[in-house]
Amino acid sequence: MTQRRVQNMEVTTCLDAHSSKDSYVFKIVLLGSSSVGKSSLAYRYVKKDFRDSLPTVGCSFFTQTLRLDNSTIKLEIWDTAGQEKYHSVCHLYYRGANAAILVYDITKKESLEKAKVWLRELEKEFLQDEIIIVLVGNKVDLSPEREVTLQEAEDFANTKSMLYMETSAKTNHQVTELFTALAHELLKQRQQKEKSLHATHRKKSSIDLQESTFNSIKCCQK
Amino acid sequence: MAADVYKQKNEDVPNGSLVPPDRQHAERSESPTPGLAQGTEPGAGQEGAMFVHAKSYEDLTGADNQDVIPRSPYQTEGAQDELTKMEEISKDFSELSTQLTGIALDLEEEIRQNEEDKLDLSPQASRRDSVLSGEEEEDVTMETWRMHQKHVFVLSEAGKPVYSRYGSEEALSSTMGVMMALVSFLEAEKNAIRSIHADGYKVVFVRRSPLVLVAVAKTRQSEQEIAQELLYIYYQIVSLLTWTQLNRIFQQKQNYDLRRLLAGSERITNNLIDLMARDPSFLMGAARCLPMPAGIRDAVSSCLQQAKAKSLVFAILLSKNQLVSLVRKKDQFLHPIDLHLLFNLISSSSSFREGEAWTPICLPKFNSSGFFHAHISYLEQNTDLCLVLISTDREDFFTVSDCKRKFQERLKKRGVYHALLEALHTPFYSASQVGIPELRHFIYKSKSSGLFTSPEIDVPYITEEEKERLLGLYQYLHSRAHNSSRPLHNIYYTGPNENLLAWVTSAFELYVCFSPLGTKATALTAVNKLMKWIRKEEDQLFILSPQTY
Ligand SMILES: Nc1nc2c(ncn2[C@@H]2O[C@H](COP(=O)(O)OP(=O)(O)O)[C@@H](O)[C@H]2O)c(=O)[nH]1
Ligand SMILES: [Mg+2]
Repeated sequence: MTQRRVQNMEVTTCLDAHSSKDSYVFKIVLLGSSSVGKSSLAYRYVKKDFRDSLPTVGCSFFTQTLRLDNSTIKLEIWDTAGQEKYHSVCHLYYRGANAAILVYDITKKESLEKAKVWLRELEKEFLQDEIIIVLVGNKVDLSPEREVTLQEAEDFANTKSMLYMETSAKTNHQVTELFTALAHELLKQRQQKEKSLHATHRKKSSIDLQESTFNSIKCCQK
Repeated sequence: MAADVYKQKNEDVPNGSLVPPDRQHAERSESPTPGLAQGTEPGAGQEGAMFVHAKSYEDLTGADNQDVIPRSPYQTEGAQDELTKMEEISKDFSELSTQLTGIALDLEEEIRQNEEDKLDLSPQASRRDSVLSGEEEEDVTMETWRMHQKHVFVLSEAGKPVYSRYGSEEALSSTMGVMMALVSFLEAEKNAIRSIHADGYKVVFVRRSPLVLVAVAKTRQSEQEIAQELLYIYYQIVSLLTWTQLNRIFQQKQNYDLRRLLAGSERITNNLIDLMARDPSFLMGAARCLPMPAGIRDAVSSCLQQAKAKSLVFAILLSKNQLVSLVRKKDQFLHPIDLHLLFNLISSSSSFREGEAWTPICLPKFNSSGFFHAHISYLEQNTDLCLVLISTDREDFFTVSDCKRKFQERLKKRGVYHALLEALHTPFYSASQVGIPELRHFIYKSKSSGLFTSPEIDVPYITEEEKERLLGLYQYLHSRAHNSSRPLHNIYYTGPNENLLAWVTSAFELYVCFSPLGTKATALTAVNKLMKWIRKEEDQLFILSPQTY
């Protein structure tokens, strides 16, 4: 991973060079307690399919490349097992991450509580503007069994400056949108950082999420 | 070099060799004989083994971890009541042995004589028709087999449940009282196997501090076999946590609830128990080799060898629990148990088919105190070819992932990928290819390579029950052959549905299943022919030239 970080930096430093001006690599981690649908979300997005059982062991790695605004974006998606025995190795997985998708199951209240624990972990590890965090309530197809209201999750996301979305990996609801919007956000943030690097003595960039692409889908930002 | 190995190995041959010394020098002789020394039997690798040498049940008789006194399971002495228990068990066993002693044919001798054309088969056969009859052994017939049941419990030494095969809490709580009493009964002895026989059940205990493993089995497996399975489960748990962590946890908190840490991995243990009932690899203590043309295998192995990285210790290519190729770091050997745990892990989750997995894993027989990091992925989504790259460095994901990419590129560039896929289309051969009409199935293990080969299980063993029944018969023969108090080297079993033969030497193990129409005489001739066939095909059936980094 050390090597990777160097590579990532290359991408950043090459940005001025014409050739790779428009290609980016972003690392995204999926976090949340087990069985909330992290793997299913990744699988749905990358393989365009849904399987009933994908019990994760350790960590899975997926990549997906997409084009946005004339840029090529490679998303490196890390899906973790979220089991306690792997906690010791977890910080490795989210080290250097550009975005985190915090997943809970809308039919399980305690999975939202678990997401809050994960968030605290992330806050220990990252500065606010170092990482984009999306709170995702998965399994909306099971909304009759809903235990977490949209409002509750939205409020929570607001207080923590997180983006928020509800998805269903099973029925393919908002899954591609989730990743695409995240890619947009990452791209925007990166480009803004670049600009602020160039612009001398401008105040540290803060991303205006109000104008973000997320907004148009489902965005909550204080 | 080869001569040295040969000499050294030769000393291991018990009671000397039946083959005259001058014949022993013919390495890879055309016709394998009973006295073949280890390292010259069909399937023995040309450049040494890939695996640590593993004897059947060695973990049961030897010390496993540092703080443990080595003890043979049948030599435990202790408190008076324990002794009585053990006497009971050994009485049980001696009864079983009496039933069986008559069938210990001196097959080795017969085969040898057969070769020398000196054996007059008819009088011999009639004089020795004290073969084991299948009718007496209802245990291995279909009826009981269907009913077979095995509960497995793992608890901490404090009596806290850790795992239960049939999961339910009720099952656990109702038995927990009994378990607790039994655990205290076990207190005196660490690391011993105990068993109780009651009502057609065997209750077998294995204690590996800080865990106690218990099986309640209705199968006719020997307690050694059941205990071996329990040990596999113990190793499975260690592979998730490391022995060091496991001990540290219970040192800090004696009544820790380990289920929290193991949450989500029950399915791996469930899969292991199911797999052990189906896959003879565990019984054989060896890896099953996927048959393929030697040229293709060698090309694949060299592609794999070339895609190396500093932190890589083992690279394993497999397909459906069969070994295609294994490359290891020079001087590092994998233990078959560790390989089986890897195979089990892979077969227990479909998630490995998606993306690339990177998971910490402890290989308990290699080093029970640390984690390796395994990169696990299928070469292509729709093949069964799975590549496992074992690295010492958890930071090395991208380097190791790159090794996979290089391996695949090289396969394609050298034009072997297609041939490899082709070979996978016929992952088994048929017993009929041997050309012996009464031969139904066999398992042949080369001890020095730690590999075994076996044809597809064919008619009449079509249903899962029938397949398990056949494996049960092999299991039975295996336990007879490896019984620590009275091992038998040759066994001929006749039953209503099939005849079986087991032949165990210092160099190989052979278990053969014949149609019930065959006679012992035809079986002996057939075995001879079969051994010749295996020798002839050995470069396809085995990995004769394993690679190292
Ligand atoms: N109904 C429904 N089930 C889902 C959805 N996503 C995942 N699941 C199921 O939830 C279980 C856990 O999913 P998985 O992706 O393995 O969760 P993970 O442990 O977070 O990776 C599986 O049985 C999935 O089939 C969804 O959107 N709707
Ligand atoms: Mg998962």
